[in-house]
Amino acid sequence: MVGWAVLPVSALAALAIGAVLILAFGANPITGYRALLNGAFGGSYALASTAQKATPLLLVAAGTCVAVRANVWNIGGEGQIVAGALASTATALALPGLPGWLLVPLVLVVAAAGGALWAGVAGVFKAYFNVNEILSTIMLNLVAVQVMNYLLSGPMVNRSQSFSVTGLIPQTRLLSSRSWLPTLVPGTQLNLGVLVALAVAAAVYVLLWHSGFGFRARAVGLSPEAAAYAGMSVRRTTVNAMLLSGAACGLAGAVLVFGSISHRMVTDGSLTGFTGNDGFNGIVVALFGGLNPAWSVVSAFLFGGLLVGGTAMQGATGVPTDLVTTIEGLVVVFVVSMDFLRTGARLRQEVTERGGDGDLPARARSRSLVLRLARARV
Amino acid sequence: MSQFFTYAVITATIASAVQYAAPFLLAALGETVGQRSGVLNLGVDGIMLLSAFSCYFVALRTGSDLLGVVVGMLTGAVLGLLTAFMSVTLRAQQGISGIGVYILGLGLSDLLFVRFVGTPLPVSSLPNVSVPGLSRLPALGPMFFQQNWLVYIAFLLVPAVAFFLYRTTYGTRVLAVGENPAAADSVGISVTRTRYATVVFGCTMAGLAGSTLLLLDGIFQENLTQSAGFIAVALVYFGAWRPFGVMTGSLLYGVVTAVVLQWKSLGIIPTSAADLAATAPAVITVLALVVLAGRFKQPSSLGKAYVRGA
Repeated sequence: MVGWAVLPVSALAALAIGAVLILAFGANPITGYRALLNGAFGGSYALASTAQKATPLLLVAAGTCVAVRANVWNIGGEGQIVAGALASTATALALPGLPGWLLVPLVLVVAAAGGALWAGVAGVFKAYFNVNEILSTIMLNLVAVQVMNYLLSGPMVNRSQSFSVTGLIPQTRLLSSRSWLPTLVPGTQLNLGVLVALAVAAAVYVLLWHSGFGFRARAVGLSPEAAAYAGMSVRRTTVNAMLLSGAACGLAGAVLVFGSISHRMVTDGSLTGFTGNDGFNGIVVALFGGLNPAWSVVSAFLFGGLLVGGTAMQGATGVPTDLVTTIEGLVVVFVVSMDFLRTGARLRQEVTERGGDGDLPARARSRSLVLRLARARV
Repeated sequence: MSQFFTYAVITATIASAVQYAAPFLLAALGETVGQRSGVLNLGVDGIMLLSAFSCYFVALRTGSDLLGVVVGMLTGAVLGLLTAFMSVTLRAQQGISGIGVYILGLGLSDLLFVRFVGTPLPVSSLPNVSVPGLSRLPALGPMFFQQNWLVYIAFLLVPAVAFFLYRTTYGTRVLAVGENPAAADSVGISVTRTRYATVVFGCTMAGLAGSTLLLLDGIFQENLTQSAGFIAVALVYFGAWRPFGVMTGSLLYGVVTAVVLQWKSLGIIPTSAADLAATAPAVITVLALVVLAGRFKQPSSLGKAYVRGA
């Protein structure tokens, strides 16, 4: 299948350009990539770190699958992560005395609710006011980060930290150990969050392909007009898809706080200071996973490895971790660009079925050797 | 509050509001032309970042702001070709390909900075150019006519783009391609060529916007734009795809930003609440989108690739 080949080809092409960039730093790409692979997948500690890093990515990716399948482009993962993290952190700070069996589920639920609420705003704006959700979610990202910076340096700041020249670090005090996500493998960072993320991915899979909501969401995603004609509420489906998507991203926020090493919510004042850009990285993961939550598990693990290994590569070769960001961007560019292999073939079929001359426009035909190859394989 | 309502403070605030508006305006004007032809380019922020770096690098090495701006715009044009190739030729899903360009720009700009510059040195700041005569007007002079040359260019481009879109044959072709590409195609207008031209123009403007932002700041840093490119795209919707509407939106954004900063420095907003107040421009933009979205129709083919006969 054409669709399949796109992913490894995209990844290899991006890594090849990455190799050129490593060369530009005067380092050996083989040394660099070997350090990356070793840092990501070499040994149990590395694997656990990768799985840990993959956890929020998978949650955001699962949320992205729900939204995009319903044709809602939720680019607001960053803001929804922050909203979920703030809501759950505030809860844990307010109720430190609750027993762990109650507190952990509670913070997870509150985080999901916080993320859902933040995404729901954009969902309602799209469904009832026709506001482009890509724009509203991006603007809401900016708002969420500023609110977080305010709360973490003001009302929620840890006042008992030792005072430095630059002032207080924008972070909360250490959260009650009863709210921490339990460690699964002693001696590593691997915690309950991984299981939560896998459960969410499984739930999203079942929801999308084995539930009434999933059917409606996919119908609305494929053709809002047809779905409305069949009696489905496009507006309600849009809002619901956004709520679910936001809930998954909100959970990622809880994982970043209660599954972190520092066990507190901390930022550095920059846009990605708390999230580490996971809200965008998760979208890349979902795209690479074919907008399917099951494949997103694999994809999240690979990209988690890329991010963890990037740090190891920086240590070995001095190439900054920005290289990983660059490679991610290239992967997206290549995946969406090569998607035309599939759509090109489909369009050709459609034109044929409608009684056309069975050919794409002359320009499209002459343009691409790749397309001819694709046609031979379909 | 009384210390805000003085002649000197008000004029200084408006002057900096006009300056803050300039990069948003430049990027949004370019995006307007692209969207009018039916192409949604969400990669503006990434293009601004890479252009800002190339402008910084050249300005730092040569000492020439002008040369920096030219190279920044060229960077935008090259990325424009890439964007057009993806959106028009390969018919990629435009929302997500733009996110790809954004992430690429975010990573690559800082990577290049670390590799080729490393230590952040400032470039010479942009000198203000007084407009003869007008700059001596009371109040209006210091607000609008003692700016740097990039600000003048940004605002002069507003009537220029409006004239192009509404009063020239080429502009009408752009509108036709955006509203109904099949009809435009049937009368012999090349949809592909038109869209390539508008996208490359839009990205060159994004390059100019990134260069402007860099020269206003005087120094490059990671994620310098702070999502300014995304805000510019939002301002296109805000301005209902009209150059003067986009200018109004950019000025509103600039005014709110400048007032918040001024109030912060005057102590009207306590330092602790400054972050909260900084959300005002984004919140206002979202609310404006809610109010305006129902009233104006977007270009009919926006975001949709054109396939003849499909």
